[in-house]
Amino acid sequence: MSTRLATGGRHLNRANAIEFTFNGKRLQAFEGDTLASALLANDQMLVGRSFKYHRPRGIVAAGPEEPNALVNLGVDGHFEPNARATTTEVFDGLTAKSQNHFPSLEFDVGAINSKLSRFLPAGFYYKMFIHPRPLWKHVYEPFIRKSAGLGKAPTTHDANTYEHFYATVDVLIIGGGIAGLAAALAAGKSGAKTLVLEQGAHWGGRAVVDAEMIDGIPANDWVENTVNALKQMTNVTLRSRTMGAGVYDHGYVTGYERVSDHLGPVSDIPRHRLWKIRAAQTITATGAIERPLSFAGNDVPGVMLAASQRDYLVNYGVSVGDRTVVVTNNDDAYRTAIAIMDAGLDVPLILDARPEGGGALADAAIKLGIRVETGKGIAKVLGGKRVTGVSICHMAGEGAEIEKIDCDAVAMSGGWSPVVHLWSHCGGKLVWDDTHAHFRPDPDRAPTGASGQDIVRAAGAANGVMGCGDAVRDGFATGVAAVEGLGFTSVGHAPKAENTPSAPMRPVWQMPQGASYALRSKTWLDYQNDVKVTDVQLAAQEGFESVEHTKRYTTLGMATDQGKLSNINGLAVLSNALNEDIPNVGTTTFRPPYHPISMGAIGGEASRDLFQPLDKTPIHDWHETNGADFEPVGHWRRPYAFVRDGETVEDAVNREVKNTRNHVGLLDASTLGKIIVKGPDAGKFVDLMYTNMMSTLPVGRCRYGLMCNENGFLSDDGVVARLSDDTWLCHTTTGGADRIHAHMEEWLQTEWWDMKVYTANVTQHYAQIAVVGPYARKVLEKLGGMDVSKDALKFMDWADGKIGEFDARVFRISFSGELSYEIAVPASQGRAFWEALLAAGKDFGVMPYGTECLHILRAEKGFIMIGDETDGTVIPQDLGLNWAISKKKDDFIGKRGQERKHMVDPNRWKLVGLKTTDGSVIPDGAYAVGEGVNENGQRNTIGRVTSTYYSANLGCGIAMGLVHNGPDRMGEVIEFPKTDGSSVKAMICDPVFYDKDGEKSDGI
Amino acid sequence: MLTLTCPYCGVTAEETELTNGGEAHLKRFTSGSSDDDFETYMFLRDNVKGVHFERWRHSYGCGKWFHAARDTVTLEVFGTYRAQTLEPPKDIITAIIAKRPNWSVL
Amino acid sequence: MGFEVSALDGATSNGFAKVSEMGLRGMITLRGDFADRKFKSTVKKIMGTAIPAQRQVLSNGDMRVAWMSPDELLLMVPHATADDTVDALSKSLKSTHHLAVNVSDARAVFQISGEKMRDVIGKVAPVDLSPAAFPVGQIRRTRAAQVPAAFYFVDDTTVELICFRSVAGYMFDLLTRSATKGSDVGFYR
Repeated sequence: MSTRLATGGRHLNRANAIEFTFNGKRLQAFEGDTLASALLANDQMLVGRSFKYHRPRGIVAAGPEEPNALVNLGVDGHFEPNARATTTEVFDGLTAKSQNHFPSLEFDVGAINSKLSRFLPAGFYYKMFIHPRPLWKHVYEPFIRKSAGLGKAPTTHDANTYEHFYATVDVLIIGGGIAGLAAALAAGKSGAKTLVLEQGAHWGGRAVVDAEMIDGIPANDWVENTVNALKQMTNVTLRSRTMGAGVYDHGYVTGYERVSDHLGPVSDIPRHRLWKIRAAQTITATGAIERPLSFAGNDVPGVMLAASQRDYLVNYGVSVGDRTVVVTNNDDAYRTAIAIMDAGLDVPLILDARPEGGGALADAAIKLGIRVETGKGIAKVLGGKRVTGVSICHMAGEGAEIEKIDCDAVAMSGGWSPVVHLWSHCGGKLVWDDTHAHFRPDPDRAPTGASGQDIVRAAGAANGVMGCGDAVRDGFATGVAAVEGLGFTSVGHAPKAENTPSAPMRPVWQMPQGASYALRSKTWLDYQNDVKVTDVQLAAQEGFESVEHTKRYTTLGMATDQGKLSNINGLAVLSNALNEDIPNVGTTTFRPPYHPISMGAIGGEASRDLFQPLDKTPIHDWHETNGADFEPVGHWRRPYAFVRDGETVEDAVNREVKNTRNHVGLLDASTLGKIIVKGPDAGKFVDLMYTNMMSTLPVGRCRYGLMCNENGFLSDDGVVARLSDDTWLCHTTTGGADRIHAHMEEWLQTEWWDMKVYTANVTQHYAQIAVVGPYARKVLEKLGGMDVSKDALKFMDWADGKIGEFDARVFRISFSGELSYEIAVPASQGRAFWEALLAAGKDFGVMPYGTECLHILRAEKGFIMIGDETDGTVIPQDLGLNWAISKKKDDFIGKRGQERKHMVDPNRWKLVGLKTTDGSVIPDGAYAVGEGVNENGQRNTIGRVTSTYYSANLGCGIAMGLVHNGPDRMGEVIEFPKTDGSSVKAMICDPVFYDKDGEKSDGI
Repeated sequence: MLTLTCPYCGVTAEETELTNGGEAHLKRFTSGSSDDDFETYMFLRDNVKGVHFERWRHSYGCGKWFHAARDTVTLEVFGTYRAQTLEPPKDIITAIIAKRPNWSVL
Repeated sequence: MGFEVSALDGATSNGFAKVSEMGLRGMITLRGDFADRKFKSTVKKIMGTAIPAQRQVLSNGDMRVAWMSPDELLLMVPHATADDTVDALSKSLKSTHHLAVNVSDARAVFQISGEKMRDVIGKVAPVDLSPAAFPVGQIRRTRAAQVPAAFYFVDDTTVELICFRSVAGYMFDLLTRSATKGSDVGFYR
């Protein structure tokens, strides 16, 4: 059984015992434990069920490569599925639940799949669920959905906060083992700005666990001294619990800092911080991951990676078993055997697949009295929910049992694979290394940066440099090379350390070499996705030659661990099956992040109230406290209507519509864009921007104008005022200010840069209020100030002056047909001006109105709205706006586009008014149907509604629409089918529904 | 994520501060031009694998448009230059040829 | 005039750095040819400074002149004098192609102060804030999280940030969140 030893555990604070729960059981841990070490300390060997066959699974590794120990962590707003027990630090009160079983972890009905496994081979789902087709929707899909996924989805909002942090450095070092720290020493001493990331809570990596000696002192002390020395350097920043997540173009690297996970749910402090790093040079000192061996039953709980067992012993004082069989193809696993013996436990046997056996470490093990068998391996592991023994065979054979050994744990080592993920993310290539049977970075094909230079270097085990002495030297040399490339001068020497002499490893991709089908079909490659040796072999047999195809067919390496343990083994099996060399088959693509990161970290601060910036006018707060029902317009929130007590939104709209026509209304029009265009060539320029002639506009006057894009399609509209001889003020739509300003600047900068014109976007400097209705003038006159009389300020005049005490620019323009003034005051005066207008208008029945009222008033007058009547495919001519298109100009943006034959086709749909025969409102977006059907058997369409409203002033539905030959079909009734199968009939009419002769524009 | 140096304000900005504007050095055809010329100007773009001239705006910065010469495969940037030019300047061409000897302006 | 208010009317918050909305400030966009002699002498006469070099901010008492682009300056003056300053500029540059326009109320100004104020900006802007790369007296136009912003360091413990008035509420909440006690990063030392 696995247990906590009386002594040992360098990460533990045994003085602080804490409690956590697993599947509701209260268990003890120490401060410093990971959830995995704490579970093992409590003999919780079984931690989950596998994805496909629901096989019992135990902890296999001690780091982020762990495929099995995934748990649902926490509750409510702190719930997280698929958390890795090996990278989760235990805190007091932690709650964890195992995943993928029903009804319980110990007894799971899904385990029947395991018995059926020979009927569930690779590609089973693809083959099985394709026929018969009708079963898909109601039988297969629900079944697959129910079986899919490991953890549970959270049901409440995440209660945590997250953030980003931007950092720019000369050298970024990812990995805080001895190679990374040696590189940091070299970089730090040179004066280069250096950032060092370590994914775990502790520095030093494997060398400390293996008690190596560096600079004549134990690695543990050397690491401590080095970290302290680095902390003293002001140009160096060290960051533990921060994983290098992804390497991207031009030296962009993301770092995933788990700021407060280890503290448990805490308020205020962010949970995770995503570092967005720009590094001139990145050093990946990310170490290596031990590979499993492929023997039958290699997934039985109690079978674990050899080095991980050592980690648990040394770092957490936890033994996985009392009797551990070690099986290996290299010398490193002997260290585990020795560590287990040193802890006072038993290693009945070391199985070394190499006929020639191991080197110095093997001699040391033999000296401790451990039995070592060379050229032998495991035929199969005995036991179900945990290891009870192993059956031994000759490596060269087919798996016939020579001997049975009782044991409760197996430590396996199939060699080491450098963590090349970060190197590979941004295009770094790999070479196959026959000595160690692994892929390592090819220094001649490194990722390149903005100037074509190499921007990533690998160091230590991540570079395929496997011994302690070599790794620390490689780390330092890599640090030196990185800073010297940046023009820094390195000082000092590499730390001194020796490699432990070792015998060569021997690749073992299947144990035994000639394993029978029965054995191979119980030999797991990918634990998390339940992919076996036979699955990969079947894929090869069925013609999947590309490693990328095999991956997708078998799902090898597609689980949340992304095949950290399984990829190389799977690749080797595939290569053998295809009779190809491993490098010829190649690897699948490494994609960021290295290890799953939280969605919260990716979103950063952008959640809840900071999810999206809202634009607020200077009058916004008043709207908020006075019943405004807001609607989004761009990033603005504009009042749709001001709802009074006892009213529905619809009631409010109808009230506002009538009041504005009969009395006076106020609209917050501050959101309209305002762009100043000034200079000797400004007139020439506005003539190019607008379809109309704007250069002839007299000073003091306004003109409605249309803007198109170069394709000829209508893009924006608004009123242009000429402020002075060389200055025009261009109003844009609410959403258009930034876009149109950018559009103008683009043409000025990139096409007509010889023109003497400056523009400025002054939109937000002003609060703009429309005072609209028969009594509009009375309200202004009550406030006093400038002359706004009929003669002094004619329709389409503007003037500067004072309204009351306010600095005002008054435009006599109308989007409703009523007497109307749009008044701009500095934004700082906007709120006070709004309230002054309300007070002055009280006797005249003033009411604020919202955007829906604005829309209805303009639709009653047949005025178009950008975004309703236009959709990016509509030209002004479609809308009967030919009067606004100058025929005198040689050029304007969109002119050539509008000359294309499709644009002058008489069959284009054109704008008309639509009046329903029954007075009802046509549904938004409805299409009119005509004779016949199209090739899909659908009724032919002859038009569509662009704007549709209930007009309280007219007491019926009114609409505008684009209709085929519309203007020639006045009085004709056409049919608009509704979604419920019925249809509504409407008569084609003039789009001006109200006050056709414009009698109201002067007020009373 | 790319970084480009704005030739106007000297800032090396990251992609989130910039807006891409597609292919550079297009010739505008307006009223009176042939359908073919207008089509070429409006719609036809080279989908270059390799050296590419493109338009960028420093939209979160000085607001100016500039051009970049960039390798679309390796993302190597040969240089950036002001937009007020009809063709890539000599020093940019020299920089490209130094790195890509077989490349030539079409 | 008593009814003039800034976007947040001087709101403040205190985390590991202090965030303050600075009230109304006069701001003028001035565009023109920096090499033009009349342009130079006008800036000198009215603002008392030379034309700032690329990305530079020059101060003269309570007035500042900031480089915004090769043909655009931002002039900062007391709010009450902004219109008069525009008039003076326009008069002096009457026969010189230029644009001078009051944009005071289009903006909100924030100050973030404290030893760790760089950490606050570092959470929202993709900019190298190390004193070597970004010294006092330089301005950077960039984005703060999702909105445009410009900022400059007044001294080693104070930064001023300018954004559009409409997003002042977002900016205040963003900076306040970024300055949450206990969330300082410690990268800039």
